[in-house]
Amino acid sequence: MSNALFQYTLRLGDSSLILAQRLSEWTGHGPFLEEDLALTNIALDTLGTAKSFLEYAAQVEGKGRTDDDLAFFRNEREFFNPLITEQPNGDYAKTMVRQVIMDVYHLYLYKELAKSKDTTLSGIAQKAIKEVTYHVRHSASWLERFGNGTDESHQRAQDALNELWQYTQELFETPGSEKELLAQGVAVNLQDIQAKWETHVDELIRKANLKKPENVFMQRGSLDGIHTEHLGYLLAEMQHLPRMHPTAKW
Amino acid sequence: MNDRDSMKPGDLLLPVKSFCRLSGQIIAPLSFEIHAFSVKFAYSLTRSAYMEQNINFEDIFESKLAKNDFIEPKDWMPDNYRKHLIRQISQHAHSEIVGMLPEGNWITRAPSLRSKIVLLAKVQDEGGHGLYLYTAAETLGVSRDELLDALHTGKAKYSSIFNYPTLTWADVGAIGWLVDGAAIMNQVMLQRSSYGPYSRAMVRICKEESFHQRQGYEIMTHLAFGTPEQKQMAQDALNRWWYPTMMMFGPPDKDSPNSENAIKWRIKRETNDQLRQRFVNQTVPQAEYLGLTVPDEKLTWNEAKQGYDFSEPDWVEFKNVINGNGPCNKQRLKARNDAHKNGAWVREAAAAYAKKKGESTAVAA
Ligand SMILES: [Fe+2]
Ligand SMILES: [Fe+2]
Repeated sequence: MSNALFQYTLRLGDSSLILAQRLSEWTGHGPFLEEDLALTNIALDTLGTAKSFLEYAAQVEGKGRTDDDLAFFRNEREFFNPLITEQPNGDYAKTMVRQVIMDVYHLYLYKELAKSKDTTLSGIAQKAIKEVTYHVRHSASWLERFGNGTDESHQRAQDALNELWQYTQELFETPGSEKELLAQGVAVNLQDIQAKWETHVDELIRKANLKKPENVFMQRGSLDGIHTEHLGYLLAEMQHLPRMHPTAKW
Repeated sequence: MNDRDSMKPGDLLLPVKSFCRLSGQIIAPLSFEIHAFSVKFAYSLTRSAYMEQNINFEDIFESKLAKNDFIEPKDWMPDNYRKHLIRQISQHAHSEIVGMLPEGNWITRAPSLRSKIVLLAKVQDEGGHGLYLYTAAETLGVSRDELLDALHTGKAKYSSIFNYPTLTWADVGAIGWLVDGAAIMNQVMLQRSSYGPYSRAMVRICKEESFHQRQGYEIMTHLAFGTPEQKQMAQDALNRWWYPTMMMFGPPDKDSPNSENAIKWRIKRETNDQLRQRFVNQTVPQAEYLGLTVPDEKLTWNEAKQGYDFSEPDWVEFKNVINGNGPCNKQRLKARNDAHKNGAWVREAAAAYAKKKGESTAVAA
């Protein structure tokens, strides 16, 4: 099987895995009980999607590695998740703004991927669409509440938008290796998604009475496995146990 | 199973109706649907209705207990019964919520994707249990705010077990196996408790707890039959969790001030010592199967009583942990307080937004 398909699937898996790892940090520490349960649900959905993509990536690679090998035995430079997914949770506004950006992105990404010629990828995407539709409703409703709630919540949401906006452009970059997959109807055309994502997110920002950040210098690097400093710590925590016992089964 | 276990929600009004027949009058407000938010109102109404008719409500309460009928939120109940229940149910709710922390400590470090998913779902279940139980407590006329306040200020108690640290991944297995196992012993009994909402909450909770125990035992199995380091990790966890788990059933019967009433009221149905004995009997063979050693030199099978003789846990340590001096009491309370404080602006924003929108449903505090 093709290396391009492996890379493509791996990136999808990494995005969900790293985002889920961040979300799961909230479990037990949410702003109130019902919300704690809701966010944990979203973490669980996202982790489930990650596992499906990584299982398939391992299969496509065909070198006998498993989803766990891919998650726990790769180094920082071998991860391809977008930079925004690895950003620390910050306050609940930052977590929710990150979710708005990623949920809307995933929604349109999976809607397209559901039409992929690769039936495994389309199957994973179809299942994920249902979940992500709920995730969008969840994070968008918080953005609306924060933006229109109190002065403090408005400011926190605006700060989060301003901080995270620099990581949004990268979501729509297409690596050269994907050209062939695009032509084959396997990969998704991210340019098409960008337009839909922008319209949708602009509308959410407007409803929340917030300002869309302008003239932001955009960060990039994850396509080449070049990350922010945060990823190293995240991986150190996530991977240390299996790496200390490389022959163990859990 | 007794026959009450098969009752449907609509049946809950039956005891009330039979009482109304006794009184020779139909008291209309009594046919209210039970709802957490109407309970305070229903309670006072019921009470005055009873009073006016000069009925010996204590007899009715006692006869319901005798007949194995449920006591429902709007029924008259002795103040001590109500107080005892509020204390027990809220302690139980707090235990579920605080119990999210020691295992939550390993979510980001779970050693496989599958074990991470299972653990996340488990910790979420415990939060769900907390939610059912706070709701059950609210039917007795206290608010979740009041209960949380008591937890955050250290006034309320929760299970002492969660004040012990989770030091290795094996601790996650040991908690599922031992702590959820012990919780099941308590909770299976509580499914038949006399207070309807508590009993029904326990029925839902028990199903999930048995999953938790199986998942915990599965982790222990992987470890006990894994590498020498993994087996050592499993033995170490058993060594550290055995006695704290035994403490979960509470002090010995001779020193247990609340047990007598609880049994009389059918809030509990077995004593602390009876439950502890059953737990040991059940758990020792499970440890043997894993090839692990229960850290008790006195442990021996007693043919005459068809159960194990075993050493008591250190009750001085128990008292200290209960009173705030356990290894993690301060961290656990701080974690709960931090979450609540950091969430304050979120709850305020939601409330302010709901007010602006004229929404009727406010966010729970
Ligand atoms: Fe529980
Ligand atoms: Fe449990």
